Amino acid sequence: MSIDKDTAARVAKLARIRVEEDALPALAEEFNNILTFIEQLGEVDVEGVEPMTSVTPQKLKRRADEVTAGGHPEAVLKNAPDAREGFFAVPKVVE
Amino acid sequence: MSDLNGLTLAEARDKLRAGDVSSVELTKAFLGEIEGAAALNAFVHHTPEIALAQAEAADARIAAGDAPAMCGLPVGIKDLFCTKGVPSQAASRILEGFRPEYESTVTQNLFDAGAVMLGKLNMDEFAMGSSNETSCYGNAVNPWRRGNDDAALTPGGSSGGSAAAVAADLCLAATGTDTGGSIRQPAAFAGITGIKPTYGRCSRWGVVAFASSLDQAGPMTKSVRDAAIMLEAMAGHDPKDSTSADLPVPDFEAMLTGDIRGKVIGVPKEYRMDGMPAEIENLWAEGTEMLRDAGAEIRDISLPHTKYALPTYYVIAPAEASSNLARYDGVRYGHRAALAQGDGITEMYEKTRAEGFGHEVQRRVMVGTYVLSAGFYDAYYNRARKVRTLIKRDFETVFAEGIDAILTPATPSAAFGLGEMSEADPIAMYLNDIFTVTVNLAGLPGIAVPTGTDAQGLPLALQLIGRPWEEGDLLNTAYALEKAAGFVAKPAKWW
Repeated sequence: MSIDKDTAARVAKLARIRVEEDALPALAEEFNNILTFIEQLGEVDVEGVEPMTSVTPQKLKRRADEVTAGGHPEAVLKNAPDAREGFFAVPKVVE
Repeated sequence: MSDLNGLTLAEARDKLRAGDVSSVELTKAFLGEIEGAAALNAFVHHTPEIALAQAEAADARIAAGDAPAMCGLPVGIKDLFCTKGVPSQAASRILEGFRPEYESTVTQNLFDAGAVMLGKLNMDEFAMGSSNETSCYGNAVNPWRRGNDDAALTPGGSSGGSAAAVAADLCLAATGTDTGGSIRQPAAFAGITGIKPTYGRCSRWGVVAFASSLDQAGPMTKSVRDAAIMLEAMAGHDPKDSTSADLPVPDFEAMLTGDIRGKVIGVPKEYRMDGMPAEIENLWAEGTEMLRDAGAEIRDISLPHTKYALPTYYVIAPAEASSNLARYDGVRYGHRAALAQGDGITEMYEKTRAEGFGHEVQRRVMVGTYVLSAGFYDAYYNRARKVRTLIKRDFETVFAEGIDAILTPATPSAAFGLGEMSEADPIAMYLNDIFTVTVNLAGLPGIAVPTGTDAQGLPLALQLIGRPWEEGDLLNTAYALEKAAGFVAKPAKWW
């Protein structure tokens, strides 16, 4: 699998990271180096092997479905770059 | 430097309890030492007011006869831990200005045990790096140097600030976190002890997430005994982390008998890499002899999937990172890019993340995005998860055959120079974790213990890997190794 400039641009878009046009070839090259390294995994016989979901064989705990926290809008908004009237503020998303 | 700075955690604890010194005196000694160590760039946020208030409270507790394990002991906290009201930015620009409204469980546990926080410690951005060179605060510097050469060396990464601070006696001990070797590799480079416990032993709640299935917190200390004391204080079940284990935390310190007679130590042939430096090979052979002399049985073992651990890690860790780091969007906390006229929300995300994340973090997020994207998920991510099952099975097999612990080198070399790897392929940097990363993939406890020096006088360490949940036994084996090796060298002060 070889990654070209267009694929690099698509991945950057998916990751929501702006990459300037002139930086794309170098980025594609870096991806290719890393993917070549990763492709060693193709040698391994994984027939019948379960993909790992949890490294420790323990059941996830459940708790009662009840409110345990909340009612702290000031604390929640304290670190927001832009907050108004009890809400996070972002650029307009609907016309 | 006062004599106080050179104490181990255990020695300082005993002096506090005996009334030979107060926590305020001890804390002031460390604050003074930190002031004079700006050249190491280990502490990046200083919290002297918090430290002195905690020290006064600790002195009151000691006077009242209520002195828990860490009472009055000054420590440093890796910047990855959220500490209430104190900058916690994972060494990233994207979390500039972030002051959590809550306390991580591990730091809360330490404070409940009486610990004093001196400040926050430098690290690689989002714990992604092996040299502390990806930090938004600039490089942390290793207090060790090659002989008389004044070239600045890396303290390793990602917990580089923690390693430098402990090695330079700027604190008694420090917290670290380890996703692929980030406690053990810097501990090795700085001649200190670092343990990554079993996955689930320490709560991840309030620790900025990198790769959630691999991340674990642990202590970085001046001795194995100190590691036992501090790990016990950090660990424990936490309902706020669903992967934290609901198991009792043993009295690790009480388990340090130094008696390892009859223990079976495995030496894995796959860790004998082509081109391994003779110094590392000798160190490993010497460590094997030390454990044999202490009464352990040494057995050659095979962990056949070892060579696939790094490529597996470089699928799984970036995949989880791309998902975890999706939260940095410029909306809820940290940095938001200045927007141009007409920019919408997508431009806000893209510009914020391009400005806020450094190069290595961007690269890993994008690699993770790629391996999780439609059409590649099975070929990369699912395959890596299957190989991970096989890597874990390798360990389960040898443990079932009676192996108690596994001895390996901790790193492929001593500390290298800052900037020395800047032209190298990122994969060359990734190779630093070749001996440590298997342990994270299998969720096992692993500890780095300094046992020797290289020809230039730099510290070198061995790693012991233990059975899951048996940190007590592992620490005891490490204690026997530490006693046999007798590593006492300290960096000569130049800063």
